[in-house]
Amino acid sequence: MLKSALSQLQTIWTILQHSFTRSETVQYPEQKPYLAPRYRGRIVLTNDPDGEERCVACNLCAVACPVDCIALQQGVKEDGRWYPEFFRINFSRCILCGMCEEACPTNAIQLTPDFEMCEYDRQNMVYEKEHLQIDGTGKYHDYNFYRVAGLAIAGKDKGAARNEAEPVDVRSLLP
Amino acid sequence: MAEPGLGTLGTIAFGIAIIAAAVGGAAVLTWFERRLLGIWQDRHGPNRLGPFGVLQVVADMLKLLTKHDWVPPFADRAVFVFAPTAIVVAMLLGFAVVPFGPDLYVLDLNIGLLFFLGMTSLAVYSVLLGGLASNNKYALLGGLRSAAQMVSYEVFMGLSLMGVVMLAGSFSLRDIVEAQRELWFCIPQFLGLLTFTVAGIAESHRLPFDLPEAEHELTAGFHTEYGGMKFAMFMLGEYLGLILISAMIVTLFFGGWLGPWLPPVVWFGLKVFALICFFILLRAAIPRPRYDQLMTLGWKVMLPLTLLNLMATGALALWWRA
Repeated sequence: MLKSALSQLQTIWTILQHSFTRSETVQYPEQKPYLAPRYRGRIVLTNDPDGEERCVACNLCAVACPVDCIALQQGVKEDGRWYPEFFRINFSRCILCGMCEEACPTNAIQLTPDFEMCEYDRQNMVYEKEHLQIDGTGKYHDYNFYRVAGLAIAGKDKGAARNEAEPVDVRSLLP
Repeated sequence: MAEPGLGTLGTIAFGIAIIAAAVGGAAVLTWFERRLLGIWQDRHGPNRLGPFGVLQVVADMLKLLTKHDWVPPFADRAVFVFAPTAIVVAMLLGFAVVPFGPDLYVLDLNIGLLFFLGMTSLAVYSVLLGGLASNNKYALLGGLRSAAQMVSYEVFMGLSLMGVVMLAGSFSLRDIVEAQRELWFCIPQFLGLLTFTVAGIAESHRLPFDLPEAEHELTAGFHTEYGGMKFAMFMLGEYLGLILISAMIVTLFFGGWLGPWLPPVVWFGLKVFALICFFILLRAAIPRPRYDQLMTLGWKVMLPLTLLNLMATGALALWWRA
């Protein structure tokens, strides 16, 4: 009995000591919490180091997306590059899981540490390509898909990519 | 009844002032309690609206005032509406006998202490009737618990004060304060203070003993079906009870308005404030006991302690007088 009474007193004392501890609360709108660069927030489309858009409209992100919030249409430019004719993400569906980023073979689609995208009108949550495309390279500064891929485009023939051997003439018997 | 210390008009004005101050204080207390609880739980509490968030009180009040005033169709309408008013009226009447200063009081009854005990006991009816009239399982359980709680603590609540009455030789709260000029009763009547504090918390249904409400088990206990201003009345009654019990403990055990240098009213206010903070600390620190544990505590620990205190006080008082 006495022991339990002392235990109660000890509890009160412990709580009283908390008058002098700092508050754990982050006062959000004034005080922003630190978000890691790898934080999964608003989705962007990035450019390669040369300033060309990275997305090749392969549709892998749309396939990977568990909530089917990505829609796009592939087109081919005159120089042979693939690009999305439109690229649409419905952020009112998006669950920010990052599957699209993992699926992307060209590092084009990336998630950013920004989550403040409230809208009064649901339709405004649908982002078109011009809303998604940014000028920079995002998290990967050096990667350029067409420099390492075997696809021939204007100004880069087969075998001209980095670490790529000259094309082999399969009809020739010479070594 | 003794002659009023302020004159008839003055007493009426003071009574109205006390009602305003008590209701206002109870309203501000809702905010203050949340801030204090926040500090003790390492967070901020409501700090957005106005300086330190004090305008939260106004926001809450506006919200409660504009809520739909709804009576459930299955409830006993008359009792349902009456119940919340009873607690507020009873608690406010309890303030009538509290001496705020040597001449600052509404009533100086020669049975002031009994009047206080009677009024706080009446407040229990509010909870009981509210629980019963709601016609809801949880509300009924809350009312039931309130009744069980009442039989456990009302017994030793009155008895715990008899030591004070013996030492002061009077039921009048003014005389009790005057009798503490040499020594506050919190020292010779330490057991009385302990038991009365426990009973006081149970009386005002504050957290360690808020079994009738027990929102984790009974959704909201006796006021499950209440909303809007009727709910606000219950809350107001609870906070009024907190202030009243604090004022009573100060009057009976901590020398009321007595104190050096500062004016008596200020001393009284400071002591009440400190006690309210202590009660909020209890709420922050102590978990709710089980229903049977509370009854066990009341009957097997607090009642014997009170009787022991009563006998020892009586014996010593007689011995000293002889």
